[in-house]
Amino acid sequence: MSAGAGSLTGVVSNKATTEPFAVRVALITTALLFLSLFLVLPLVAVFTEAFARGLDVYFAAITEPAAAHAIKLTLIAAAIAVPCNVIFGLAAAWAIAKFAFRGKQLLITLIDLPFAVSPVIAGLIYVLLFGARGWFGDWLFENDLRIVFAVPGIVLATMFVTFPFVARELIPLMQEQGTEHEEAALTLGANGWQTFFRVTLPSIKWGLLYGIILCNARAMGEFGAVSVVSGKIRGQTNTMPLHIEILYNEYQFAAAFAVASLLALLALVTLILKSALEWKAAREHELAVRAAYADNQESPP
Amino acid sequence: MSIEVRNLQKAFGNFIALDNVSLDFPTGELVALLGPSGCGKTTLLRIIAGLEQADAGSVLFHGEDATDVHVRKRQVGFVFQHYALFRHMTVFDNVAFGLTVRPRETRPPKPEIAKRVHELLKLVQLDWLADRYPHQLSGGQRQRIALARALAVQPKVLLLDEPFGALDAKVRKDLRRWLRKLHDEIHVTSIFVTHDQEEAMEVSDRIVVMNKGRIEQIGAPEAIYNDPASPFVYDFIGQVNLFHSRVEQGWAHIGEYKLPAPEHNGVSGAEAIAYVRPHDIELRTQPDGDDFIPAIVENIARTGPVLHLELRNAGSADVIQVDLPRAEEHHLQLRVGQQVYARPRASKVFLR
Repeated sequence: MSAGAGSLTGVVSNKATTEPFAVRVALITTALLFLSLFLVLPLVAVFTEAFARGLDVYFAAITEPAAAHAIKLTLIAAAIAVPCNVIFGLAAAWAIAKFAFRGKQLLITLIDLPFAVSPVIAGLIYVLLFGARGWFGDWLFENDLRIVFAVPGIVLATMFVTFPFVARELIPLMQEQGTEHEEAALTLGANGWQTFFRVTLPSIKWGLLYGIILCNARAMGEFGAVSVVSGKIRGQTNTMPLHIEILYNEYQFAAAFAVASLLALLALVTLILKSALEWKAAREHELAVRAAYADNQESPP
Repeated sequence: MSIEVRNLQKAFGNFIALDNVSLDFPTGELVALLGPSGCGKTTLLRIIAGLEQADAGSVLFHGEDATDVHVRKRQVGFVFQHYALFRHMTVFDNVAFGLTVRPRETRPPKPEIAKRVHELLKLVQLDWLADRYPHQLSGGQRQRIALARALAVQPKVLLLDEPFGALDAKVRKDLRRWLRKLHDEIHVTSIFVTHDQEEAMEVSDRIVVMNKGRIEQIGAPEAIYNDPASPFVYDFIGQVNLFHSRVEQGWAHIGEYKLPAPEHNGVSGAEAIAYVRPHDIELRTQPDGDDFIPAIVENIARTGPVLHLELRNAGSADVIQVDLPRAEEHHLQLRVGQQVYARPRASKVFLR
């Protein structure tokens, strides 16, 4: 019982298997030093630099038209890319987890492609396809459509880069859950939509939210792919990361760090949400484990 | 409602799960599909439910072809081995699910759904758990809720896939008796899959024994046990001793010993296997006739009401399993290494 309870709460201290005190202190100190040097210090630096010239400069930097436009464009790109990838991720995970078909492994590999390929190449692909000298360049020009160096290109590049997040999060989750619940719903007379919204979706909601948060963080923070297709026209095709780079190159450090602090804040919020979701999911898992544990000790039904 | 399956054929790649299976399930009966894992019993059940598609053959509900009817429209209640309760719904919502997903025209009003759910929860004797979530219930309780949920849609047939497989031994025994009683109350045509012969014997009206995608025998539990139709059934149902023998004119010769085999009267010189149940062997400390086999007691195991003995015959390497009632232990004064005399009371011989 004690071992079972220990593993459930995650607190296990066993003198027979632990290291000597000095070793523990040394290991923990090393880890903390490393963390502060490479993670905490830069984060603190971002905020200090951002506020170095006072609050007025800070707010002026994030409210001036070019910055406001960059923020708006970032939000637009994320607002389009994230829902698209949520729908795609759900569909792909559903297909992969619940059905057997030819080419399943290929699909899984393809989903990982954006992780494997450099974001710059992702951007170049779209320039090659839709740029002035690209495959569809002439046709687009004739029809007066702009993709590269315009908002559609930025959205496309963002979608490409953030493509795997939701699907990757859901596939193992849905595979683990199997198809029994959906089958039960079907035998009870539910149609496809009812099965999805009332049975499947509630059981994957934490994983889905987690995927959405990671997808969103990446969509807002993406630099490489977007920088290739954007053309960096200030007030038109600049997203926040690109705007920060331009400000920095123009030696406007306070302004650059002020906008950067917004992205850093987004990262912090993402991390907090992520931990909260993980905690929530772990708690539900623990309840399930406890219930299974109770099974073995139950009195007659 | 009666169910018929005709010439069902199903393969998964190279593995043949069902090989030309035809069966009748009469109205109101509780039938067990019994067999080792991989024998096709679950596949058959899932094809009847519509969760799996047969490669060939047809499924008839009450004489009407239901092969291409969608699962949703088949009106089958399906109970899964691992319950498949909806984790995020209360017990009440789980049981009500089948009623609440109906199209608006046929969906009962809310008070009626509530009434029906509480009736079902009373039927499975768990009315007091309506507000709990599945993870707060024990395994036995969960399976009864799963059953109530399946019954809520008033299924014409109830299909149970290893319903007690995930439960521990004691709960399993209680629950299967309870299922038998429940079936006597509601009389819905039911098919349940199991690999546990004891479970099939205890619960069902009829047993269908399956092996390698084919049906080996169909019959009442008594008939299956007393008169197995094939060596496989003999082996699968209960413990058995088997002896390699040679049949000569109605007798099966095992070394110097012979067993009667009147069903093979006209046969001579054929290889055969003789089957004897461990409890169909009587033991004496003295030979009371020349049809007793001398043997040495090698092992004695006392498990509950039965005494399991392992005997070794002086003339052969075969171990003979014998089950005796506990009461005979006193009478025979058994100990390991003792000389005893054994005689089969009943046997069955199958030609190879």
